[in-house]
Amino acid sequence: MTDAVSVTAPAAPTVGRSLFQLAAMRFRRNRAAMASCVVLAMITLFSFLGPFFVAHKYDQVYSSYVAIPPSLEARPAVSTLRDVAESIVKRARVTLLEFSTEGQEFSATITSPSPIDPRSIRYFDRVDEFADTRIVETLDGGNTLKLAGSLNRQYFLFGTDTNGRDLMTRIMLGGQISIVVGLLASLVSLGIGVLYGATSGYLGGRVDNVMMRLIEILYSLPFVFLVVVLVVFFGRSFILIFITIGAVEWLDMARIVRGQTLALKRREFVGAAEALGLSDWQIIRRHIIPNTIGSVIVFVTVVVPKVILLESFLSFLGLGVQAPLTSWGVLISDGANSMQSAPWLLIFPAAFFVVALFSLNFIGDGLRDALDPRDR
Amino acid sequence: MSLLSLCKPAKFGLALLISCSALLAGASAQAESVLRRGIVGEPNAFDPAKASLWHEYYLMKDIFEGLVSYDSTGKIVPGVAESWSTSPDDTVYTFKLRPDAKWSDGTAVTAHDFVYSLRRELDPATAAMDPRLQFPIKNARAINKGEMPADQLGVRAIDDHNLEITLERPTPYYINLAAHGTALPVNRANIEKDGSKFARPGTLVSNGPFKLVEHVSNDHITLAKNEAYWDAKNVKLDKVIFTPLVDQAASVRRFEAREIDMITGFPAAELGRLRKAFGDEVRVSPSLTVEYYVFDTRQPPFDDIRLRRALSMVIDRDFLAKEIFYDSAKPSYSMMAPGIPAYGAPSKVDFADLSMIDREDMALELMKEAGYGPGGKPLDITIRYSTSATNEQAATAIASMWKEAFGFNVTLHNLDLASHYGYLQQGGEFQVARASRTPEYADAEATLSLDLSSQKTYNYGRYNNPEYDALLARSYTEADPSVRSATLHKAESLLMHDQVIMPLLNIGNLWMVASKVEGFHDNALNEHPSKYLSVSE
Amino acid sequence: MIFFVLRRMLSAVPTLFVVATLSFFLMRFAPGGPFSLERPLPPETMANLMRTYHLDEPLWLQYVYYIRNALVGDFGPSYVYKDSTVAELIGSGLPYSLQLGSMALLLGLLGGVTVGTIAALRQNSFIDFAVMSVSTIGITVPNFVVGPVLTLIFAIGLAWLPAGGWGDGSARYLLLPVITLALPQLAVYARLMRGSMIEALHADHVRTARAYGLPPRVVVVMHAMRGALLPVVSYMGPSAAALFTGSVVVETIYSVPGIGRYFVLGALNRDYTLVMGTVILIAVLVIVFNLLVDILYGLLDPRVRHD
Repeated sequence: MTDAVSVTAPAAPTVGRSLFQLAAMRFRRNRAAMASCVVLAMITLFSFLGPFFVAHKYDQVYSSYVAIPPSLEARPAVSTLRDVAESIVKRARVTLLEFSTEGQEFSATITSPSPIDPRSIRYFDRVDEFADTRIVETLDGGNTLKLAGSLNRQYFLFGTDTNGRDLMTRIMLGGQISIVVGLLASLVSLGIGVLYGATSGYLGGRVDNVMMRLIEILYSLPFVFLVVVLVVFFGRSFILIFITIGAVEWLDMARIVRGQTLALKRREFVGAAEALGLSDWQIIRRHIIPNTIGSVIVFVTVVVPKVILLESFLSFLGLGVQAPLTSWGVLISDGANSMQSAPWLLIFPAAFFVVALFSLNFIGDGLRDALDPRDR
Repeated sequence: MSLLSLCKPAKFGLALLISCSALLAGASAQAESVLRRGIVGEPNAFDPAKASLWHEYYLMKDIFEGLVSYDSTGKIVPGVAESWSTSPDDTVYTFKLRPDAKWSDGTAVTAHDFVYSLRRELDPATAAMDPRLQFPIKNARAINKGEMPADQLGVRAIDDHNLEITLERPTPYYINLAAHGTALPVNRANIEKDGSKFARPGTLVSNGPFKLVEHVSNDHITLAKNEAYWDAKNVKLDKVIFTPLVDQAASVRRFEAREIDMITGFPAAELGRLRKAFGDEVRVSPSLTVEYYVFDTRQPPFDDIRLRRALSMVIDRDFLAKEIFYDSAKPSYSMMAPGIPAYGAPSKVDFADLSMIDREDMALELMKEAGYGPGGKPLDITIRYSTSATNEQAATAIASMWKEAFGFNVTLHNLDLASHYGYLQQGGEFQVARASRTPEYADAEATLSLDLSSQKTYNYGRYNNPEYDALLARSYTEADPSVRSATLHKAESLLMHDQVIMPLLNIGNLWMVASKVEGFHDNALNEHPSKYLSVSE
Repeated sequence: MIFFVLRRMLSAVPTLFVVATLSFFLMRFAPGGPFSLERPLPPETMANLMRTYHLDEPLWLQYVYYIRNALVGDFGPSYVYKDSTVAELIGSGLPYSLQLGSMALLLGLLGGVTVGTIAALRQNSFIDFAVMSVSTIGITVPNFVVGPVLTLIFAIGLAWLPAGGWGDGSARYLLLPVITLALPQLAVYARLMRGSMIEALHADHVRTARAYGLPPRVVVVMHAMRGALLPVVSYMGPSAAALFTGSVVVETIYSVPGIGRYFVLGALNRDYTLVMGTVILIAVLVIVFNLLVDILYGLLDPRVRHD
């Protein structure tokens, strides 16, 4: 805890720099925090701008590439193509006489005891490996067809999910949603929690008693029903996600800030402020809240991941983001289901999530240090 | 409470010692043969009248024995009744009970017990979960509705060992119902003495191969061999320990750690890995469950049969079966799954055997006639399903198929299970919804009767075709089994032609059974009584 | 002090009443009911069930019944676990949850405070970095990932510990569930402790104590730690209540016979009475722990007074 006296200390004018400038300067000197800012910015850019640079759409299903592991090589791998062609002719109910590839082109000869329906070549275009299939030559009175077409090269750096969608694109989309949800819902809970806790703790007495009982009530309400009922009455709006998450996550924050406030309000500087005739609100704003900032920042770094993970539970209940949209929380919980058979589905989204939260922690520490007037 | 046992190495060591000695004790008492079975959830009750879920009936049928029961291959075999006969018009069944059938307290199982139990099942005051399955018995439905006293039920004890059951009308599948969990006997003295707490370990009196010994919620349910059981000499297991495993992935891990000998209901996505690791211990066999999407006929444009058929045609069920269900499911084009001998091959939808490209061309044609799709109006479709990984995957794949074929914009709407089905059953309007059906007894009527226009709860899409209703009505009065079967097939064809219900897949039964377990046989009914299982060391 | 505690006890009555009332009506607005299964029940059966459980009566009357029965300690039958009453279900599961929860709380609290303090004393050192890294992972990696990973390593890979089940309740069965449950708590406590400890070490009275040449250990324990514990204690109230009422994830992953499943799975099954019972239990625990926390405030910081 720091004394608020020093927060409002008159040091600033003599140095000629505002408190904010001082804090910013201190923050810039913190290398870990600055590096984290860069990392977080990169993850944000990756999430928001990445989709413009990848060839896949987040909901594009590649039925030929279901749950394939990450690879730097382009798909399809040439060695697998013959098997692909075999399975195609099986579906088209013809036989494959010959199949070969050359560069980006392939050629195949298919045959059947009776004339082949020329539409059969559509079976080749149906799969993601081949494109622009055309009949080069009709032999044998239509019983044998010579085909040619091009190979459709795709990259799936992070592999694909269990529906055959590019995981990297989905992580980008998930990042957009989780960053926004994490940021907004945490701000909601931060705002309500700090104000509520500080007010309750500072005013004390009967007001505090009633305000804290309200928190106890909210802690105990059955959350699942709360969500289900909200969905029933308000439909599935994006705003509702923040409201629901904000509504539960501010409670801890309020309790922590109130605890700090109870200790702060007996301190000399608050008494001094009272003696100066400051109103309750002014004291809360200028002296109480600034002095809780350390714990608040630390707790925000706890709330953000909780909020992002809670969102995936909301999706489970039909609130939250809906398929085919996704979020990091949803990707992680889906990935957890197949962690043994398709570990990349868990590792990649979890890695992004953990790295982002690591950065957030260092930024939080940096901010705390920067705003701590004792650490000049 | 060993609150500090984690912090105290001495105690921890002691615990290890104890478990080691337990291991040694286990080794010395090798004669005891124990089977550890995983079940997909906590049983909601041990009172047969209050059970309704598949995994509950596994337990029930181990603890109790009905007049007839299923063996390990899903065949009906004599139970408490050693033989039975039917009247010429097939409406009266006379069961001859074996004289040596005993309750676990040593008293004899008599015909009066069955009279008592069936009346109890149908008595509205019991509020049984599944009395519907015994409705073919004379007056059963009226009694359950409270319109008639329970003693009017068509079940009569001729004497202690002869039981007569009269049916409303000839019901060719009745014997399957006599084997159902709802027809299991309960002990009257037990219930009168212990009231609602009769079905507890230590209190419950039962007549099956095993008796209930211990129940720790969510941890285990222990059954021990019932020495009073008439066929006890053929029961090879001394103990069966059921472990409820709600989390599918956790159930696989318990099997991998060799803590559980048999599990079922694990994610199909794990099949590839598990087959590699466990080989023949992984078992996939066809079930009677059909997963389908239903269209709400109250909602235009889904009242248009052309649109429904077109939507159904472009679904690549082979892809769903192979890629989403990892070959554990089979493409389904019919309401019934194959596997009911008396019904034979189900009636498929007319386009089932066309090639995918023919179906696509036909579908585009139909869609054009309906006025939607390329060249027509655009359409927004919402698919509703209950939250689960495979449901979402299937919906995603289907959405992409519809999008690709017709350019429709498809949104997905998931809700938790109770909300999803609660909504449908309360008559909520929708466009397309996911559901599945497993006939509760081996007869097509079990499934087909759910789409009658008079059905308000089951018939989510409000299918209403008088011709269909008439066909089913005719099946109820038809005495000749082959004519009856043909009538039901006709009804199924009609239902499929109209495609209010669009079948997708015939789901498989997934089991992992340790190689040391003997006597396990795959069967479509998924009946696996512990009586026939044994464990080799 | 006694007066303060008594007053809080009294104010718990209206709190519980409001919780019960709000929860009761909230649940009934949700679609589906305890008998909405994937395979629906015929109307007759549904009617019998609704009548037996008085669900066919007007909602307000059901509410009056519920409150009247609850006042005499009758929380009704479970609608899903039909052989048992709510009191029996909670009564049989609570000891397990209490045991698991108290161990996790102890581990989380002691571990978190210790490593948080160490990290604060060695701010920006390697130890600090390591502690905060582990703590970040503890917060960000959800328990439905931690649990399975621990099982894969210790139960399947190394085969040291069982993969699940309560067994005889010995340490080998409890170790993994306790760690899974405690890890996120430990991580939060460590972060809170580190943050407030760094501040406390800069506070005037601690600096003064140091300046007087008191041994560092005394300074840390006697002076800095007391004030620094405030946010930790604040967070402990609700987190202890949550730990003691079990965790659905840990219970389903490890087959633990606690009551954590009832709150979430009970709600998903629409087992109204069971959820009500759990809600009231949670409310009682939250109230009790918040009271304890408020008393602890006064002990840790004499400036906090309860008027």
